[in-house]
Amino acid sequence: MISQDILVVGGGLAGLAAALSCDPRLNVAVVSKVHPLRSHSVAAQGGINAALGNNPEGRDDNWEKHAFDTIKGSDYLADQDIAEVMCQKAVSTIYELEYLGVPFSRFPGGFIAQRPFGGAGFPRTCYAADRTGLVILHTLFEQSIKKQVKFYNEWLVTKLVVKDGKCLGVVVYDLATGQIMPVKARAVIFATGGYGRVYSRTTNAYINHGSGIGIAYKAGVPLKDMEFVQFHPTSLLGKNILITEGARGEGGYLVNNKGKRFMDDYAPSAMELAPRDIVARAIQTEVDKENGFDKQYIHLDLRHIGEEKIKKRLPGIREICINFAGIDPVDTPIPVQPAQHYSMGGIDVNEKCASLVEGFFAAGECACLGVHGANRLGGNSLLDTAVFGKISGDEASVYVKGSEGTESSEKILLEEALEVKARIEEWEKRSSGKRVHRLLDRLKVVMSERVGIFRKKKDLTEALAKISELKEDYERVYLSGKCLRYSQELVNLIEFDSMLDLAEVITLGALNREETRGSHYRLDFKERNDKVWLKHTLATWKEGKPQISYAGVNISKYKPEARKY
Amino acid sequence: MEYLFKIFRYDPLEDEHPYFQDFFFETKEKKSLLEALMEIRNEQDSTLAFRYSCREAICGSCAMVFNGNFDLACRIELQALESSTIVIEPLPNLEIQKDLVVDMEPFWEALSQIKPYLYPDKKIQEEGHRIEEKEMEKIFQYINCIMCGCCYSVCPVVSRDERYLGAAALAKLYRFVKDPRDKRPFSHLLGVNTEGGVWGCDTIFKCNEVCPKEVRPADGIEALRRKLVVEKIKRIFGFRR
Ligand SMILES: Cc1cc2nc3c(=O)[nH]c(=O)nc-3n(C[C@H](O)[C@H](O)[C@H](O)COP(=O)(O)OP(=O)(O)OC[C@H]3O[C@@H](n4cnc5c(N)ncnc54)[C@H](O)[C@@H]3O)c2cc1C
Ligand code: SF4
Ligand code: SF4
Ligand code: FES
Repeated sequence: MISQDILVVGGGLAGLAAALSCDPRLNVAVVSKVHPLRSHSVAAQGGINAALGNNPEGRDDNWEKHAFDTIKGSDYLADQDIAEVMCQKAVSTIYELEYLGVPFSRFPGGFIAQRPFGGAGFPRTCYAADRTGLVILHTLFEQSIKKQVKFYNEWLVTKLVVKDGKCLGVVVYDLATGQIMPVKARAVIFATGGYGRVYSRTTNAYINHGSGIGIAYKAGVPLKDMEFVQFHPTSLLGKNILITEGARGEGGYLVNNKGKRFMDDYAPSAMELAPRDIVARAIQTEVDKENGFDKQYIHLDLRHIGEEKIKKRLPGIREICINFAGIDPVDTPIPVQPAQHYSMGGIDVNEKCASLVEGFFAAGECACLGVHGANRLGGNSLLDTAVFGKISGDEASVYVKGSEGTESSEKILLEEALEVKARIEEWEKRSSGKRVHRLLDRLKVVMSERVGIFRKKKDLTEALAKISELKEDYERVYLSGKCLRYSQELVNLIEFDSMLDLAEVITLGALNREETRGSHYRLDFKERNDKVWLKHTLATWKEGKPQISYAGVNISKYKPEARKY
Repeated sequence: MEYLFKIFRYDPLEDEHPYFQDFFFETKEKKSLLEALMEIRNEQDSTLAFRYSCREAICGSCAMVFNGNFDLACRIELQALESSTIVIEPLPNLEIQKDLVVDMEPFWEALSQIKPYLYPDKKIQEEGHRIEEKEMEKIFQYINCIMCGCCYSVCPVVSRDERYLGAAALAKLYRFVKDPRDKRPFSHLLGVNTEGGVWGCDTIFKCNEVCPKEVRPADGIEALRRKLVVEKIKRIFGFRR
């Protein structure tokens, strides 16, 4: 049986940062369902936040101001102590990344360049044109080559094995061989990213099914704040490919069908650079008021920025528009609409990225440390992956060095693997039943139509009913292609289980939370209600159902106040 | 519009030979080649294997050959193709694992051979390097590479000489050599001063033609050659610092 001291699941930014920071004397490996460079982090565009104060307009910036913006942006649901850790570490994290080779864009004098981003008091988003994710992910992957990190690529983790509150390892599906195998590990770090594909309109990659979050949940780890789903204001009409906030940071306007910069009506001082929840709602409201185009989209106009700046600062956006919409933003406004983008919620972990299961850690988008609260600021997620990815690697190393293995673990792992196998054989044996891609299509429609930007009791209740119907149908799925090697159908069948759980937890959290906060907007409860709802939602899987409980928010320096931009 | 897809199929564990399978695909909407493949897989044969992830031409997963062209399936629009018959093949020069999925290991191995990481100036760790944008611009062309493998699999030298590292790895090396922050010793370049390295290339530039990200990787190979020659001359005349 393959056995590791630390097993990192996920080869995106959080996973690679974790693997690189593990104690090199330990036996560490990274498992990923795709080659690390194919991870969704590669698509990040706009940048990564740190109060370097390099922009002439950002001279007075410091990490405390960054922390304040993060907390205010979170609609005060962020745990303030942890948000402070992230912002405090941001500056050294950027310099470290630079030192490792990340080719950041520069200001005269050779300083790392910084652009304004939404919800930030100062221009503090460091970038490499509009391919920040690409260059950081490639740099960390190259460092993994240097450090000879062990990779198991195209392995899908299907189960987290926990016994008596202690993590023993995982079960994987190896795509190349079609085999189901147990992998023993004294510590497991999940860095499995977001679940965007639970929605029909999303900026996320096709592979973002969020199974890591679902797998942890089924293993008994609570999920936190799952009802907080970020919708990005500007995705390209149609395929919903992201058009970075950096496009507005560089001066882009949002314009409705009357030619008006409508943000004036919603956030008169921040305008286009208000936080994402506010801008996304503004766009959807304009579209719903028939102020959009074709009842679907509005314009992101970059023309006044000029050809030179577009080509230099936003070359990737220009390429996306040309490739996928057949337009050049130099002379045509970009048709954009909101789309699911990011998960503020996730696997409940503490400031050490540790969960209540001993030896099980999580970092990156799949985790919820509570830094982003009810709404994440642009540029804070890449930072989160780098800072907490690293912390998870450090802490897992400390844990492993101070713990002992479990004797019976191999036997338990083998049994668990057999269970997974039996389930797959059942799907294989059936010659008819439900096809998983159809169920997935149905789920996406439910989530987009009823658990989207605007929510209300009736929709949420109906969504829950539809999700249970889908759960019943999932009992009757079958594998139509009988070859298990490189079976995307099998991947989907396995991951769909998690997607149903995530949908249920998101919806239930949203139904219970009778207030409006950050990304969670209730048409029937339009105000924030700190008296009752200034608390985290926790969902725990008990007897086949989510059990909801609540936990306090760490509020140290900043008292909640009304959020105005 | 109706399309006829002729898709390369091969399961090395089951099939004696590769073969092409016909699929009819009808659509009224705009669709990418990748979307069409996914629909064919979902509706007609779920054992059809191919890779994908981002659907926005940035992750490098979905490189393949259609009607003889090397490209990313996600950025090709069906409607823009000239013919309604579409022949799809896996990337050549790499072993087939199943259908359109190839073994990229030799490609990654070549990358790791060139030491693809920065050799930074040890003194400046705290505050990072200070470098003007003008200097950094010299490598922008190369950092666009998404490691899709098109250049590697189109290369005639890769197909006949297994020592040859291929364009992507060599261009990556040049990306670091040209990086104003990189302090790697010149001796490191001697590793590619070989037939398996920069001198293997026949400079017909097929790689530049197929690269979907306009990296022009062979520019990097030529530049490395010039650098090696110039340094050699400097050494002969004792100019070396
Ligand atoms: C288009 C786009 C642009 C963005 N731009 C920015 C930006 O400019 N600034 C910013 O701060 N944030 C940005 N974000 C957000 C940010 O990019 C992501 O939140 C972040 O990259 C997530 O990194 P990660 O390492 O947590 O996950 P990912 O990069 O998604 O990696 C997840 C990894 O887990 C693996 N995996 C998943 N499930 C399994 C499983 N069951 N078994 C095995 N492996 C598994 C995958 O293979 C993958 O390697 C952007 C997001 C999107 C969608
Ligand atoms: S120019 Fe060189 S690297 Fe490029 S395809 Fe030709 S032989 Fe290969
Ligand atoms: S140089 Fe171009 S073709 Fe070659 S791997 Fe990079 S992006 Fe692909
Ligand atoms: S799917 Fe990522 S490049 Fe095509």
